Amino acid sequence: MIQVKDLRKVFGPKVAVDGITFNVEKGEVLGFLGPNGAGKSTTMRMVTGYFQPTAGSISVGGVDMLEKPEIAKRALGYLPENAPLYSDMSVVGFLGFCAEMRGLYGSARSKAIDKALETCFLEPVRNQSVDTLSKGYRHRTCLAQSIIHDPEVLILDEPTDGLDPNQKHEVRNLIKRMGQNKAIVFSTHILEEVEAVCSRAIIIDRGKVVADGTPSSLKNRAPGADSVRVTVRGFVGSGIRAELEKLAGVDKVEAAAMDELGFSGRVFPSRKAKPEDLVRDIGTLLAAKSWRVEELHREEGRLDEVFRTITRSDTAA
Amino acid sequence: MSPTKNIIAVFKREFFSYFNSPLAYIILFIFVIAAMGFTFIVGGFLSSNNATLSGQGSFFMWHPWIYLVLVPAVGMKLWSEEQRLGTMELLATMPISPWHAVLGKYFAAATVWAIGLALTFPIILTVSYLGEPDPGPIISGYVASYLYALACLAITSAVSAFTRSQVICFIISVAICLLLFLFGFQQVVDFLLKVTPAGLDGVVRFIAELCFMTHFYEMSKGLLVFDDVLYFLSVVGVCLGITHYAIQAKRA
Repeated sequence: MIQVKDLRKVFGPKVAVDGITFNVEKGEVLGFLGPNGAGKSTTMRMVTGYFQPTAGSISVGGVDMLEKPEIAKRALGYLPENAPLYSDMSVVGFLGFCAEMRGLYGSARSKAIDKALETCFLEPVRNQSVDTLSKGYRHRTCLAQSIIHDPEVLILDEPTDGLDPNQKHEVRNLIKRMGQNKAIVFSTHILEEVEAVCSRAIIIDRGKVVADGTPSSLKNRAPGADSVRVTVRGFVGSGIRAELEKLAGVDKVEAAAMDELGFSGRVFPSRKAKPEDLVRDIGTLLAAKSWRVEELHREEGRLDEVFRTITRSDTAA
Repeated sequence: MSPTKNIIAVFKREFFSYFNSPLAYIILFIFVIAAMGFTFIVGGFLSSNNATLSGQGSFFMWHPWIYLVLVPAVGMKLWSEEQRLGTMELLATMPISPWHAVLGKYFAAATVWAIGLALTFPIILTVSYLGEPDPGPIISGYVASYLYALACLAITSAVSAFTRSQVICFIISVAICLLLFLFGFQQVVDFLLKVTPAGLDGVVRFIAELCFMTHFYEMSKGLLVFDDVLYFLSVVGVCLGITHYAIQAKRA
């Protein structure tokens, strides 16, 4: 549904987006990750037709955004960063205007408004002026605007920013549900959100894609992913360590705490070893020795570790 | 998704937003008071003993003065507000041509002025009660006055596309309207002709020709000249073109 190829955007001397390529198919929810200023919003603004790219091509629903913007934009719903709204309108008035911009009139218009109000839990503030809404409602009003025409493609720039935990949860569920039959791209700083909602994630840093994959494949890139955390009591720590090091497929054993009565630390598999074999072998070893096992746990790798390793912070550079 | 429907949708939103806030009411109120006040008090309408709305010091001749400040006040929010709120991003990602937005918004502001001029109808009643005015000059005066307002409004629209600050937009628009007003004002032109070397007469006249008053004066007295109408409409066209260019350039 979305095809982006070699997208570039240069603002004066600054290269904001430097050759980004990605595709999103129907039924996919793509998470856009990256530090502030990495080029996420700029990329989204180009995909939605707001910014003119310096180079590259964008197609939405098979229509070229640069050649036929007015047609390509029909298939698209967009929630800009900070959820801008016309402050002098009521929620219903605003949604009505957006419906008309999308070519919905008469009964189609009122049906679309009612559905959007319901989907985004806006019924209680239906006739309230946008001015007087709380941040959560403002955000959801803008979200309602983006789905009012039931678009095939949704671009959401930080859809959960500034929401309370309950609202975040609701919006995540909403994105997940809509993701079943739409192509969705959304950006976020919150890494659990990516794991909870996305079928795929892209990490962007300094205008370039630095990682692209499912959340779990990305997590495997974390340092220490697939290592096994072990805590054992009932034997001299150094002895336990020596036994662990003897196992096949072990690269190294790192002790966090070791004394006369036990061992606690991490076992790292060698590159060739299968992590599930390692867990099984350690289990068998510990059972055979009849030591008391307090913890045996395969590390999954954390997304924030991946994020930190592959995106360089501005201060570090 | 026809262009007309898009323009009407933008128009409706913009037009009602004027009346959702006190802005339009205040400006229209001041306009009517000022138009009447200048005519009756400063212009001495009653003591002139002349049942006419045109000519020196009369009803229509005051309009350019009033427009100087009030028209930019109506137009200043057109695009600056959109940029300040960030709703520009919404509008620009809607499946409409930027022209639809430029026109819809402009028509909304233009309609506010049409209402303003319509609200001055009591003066027609007065002048008709006092004497038997020729309807020709009244109609032509209104047309001239409205065209003048439209031109100022288009200038403001263009300026507002360049800035997110309504104050900056207001000041610059007033300055431009003032220049275009003064350099066509008969007394100013006469003065300039006197102080510039004889060889430059043509230049002064040429500049005056590009300014508002040169085209407004005859029309406001009852002489609807096609050239003058065309002049004001061209100013509107060029300024809307600049508006369109400016909002497109922001996205590049």
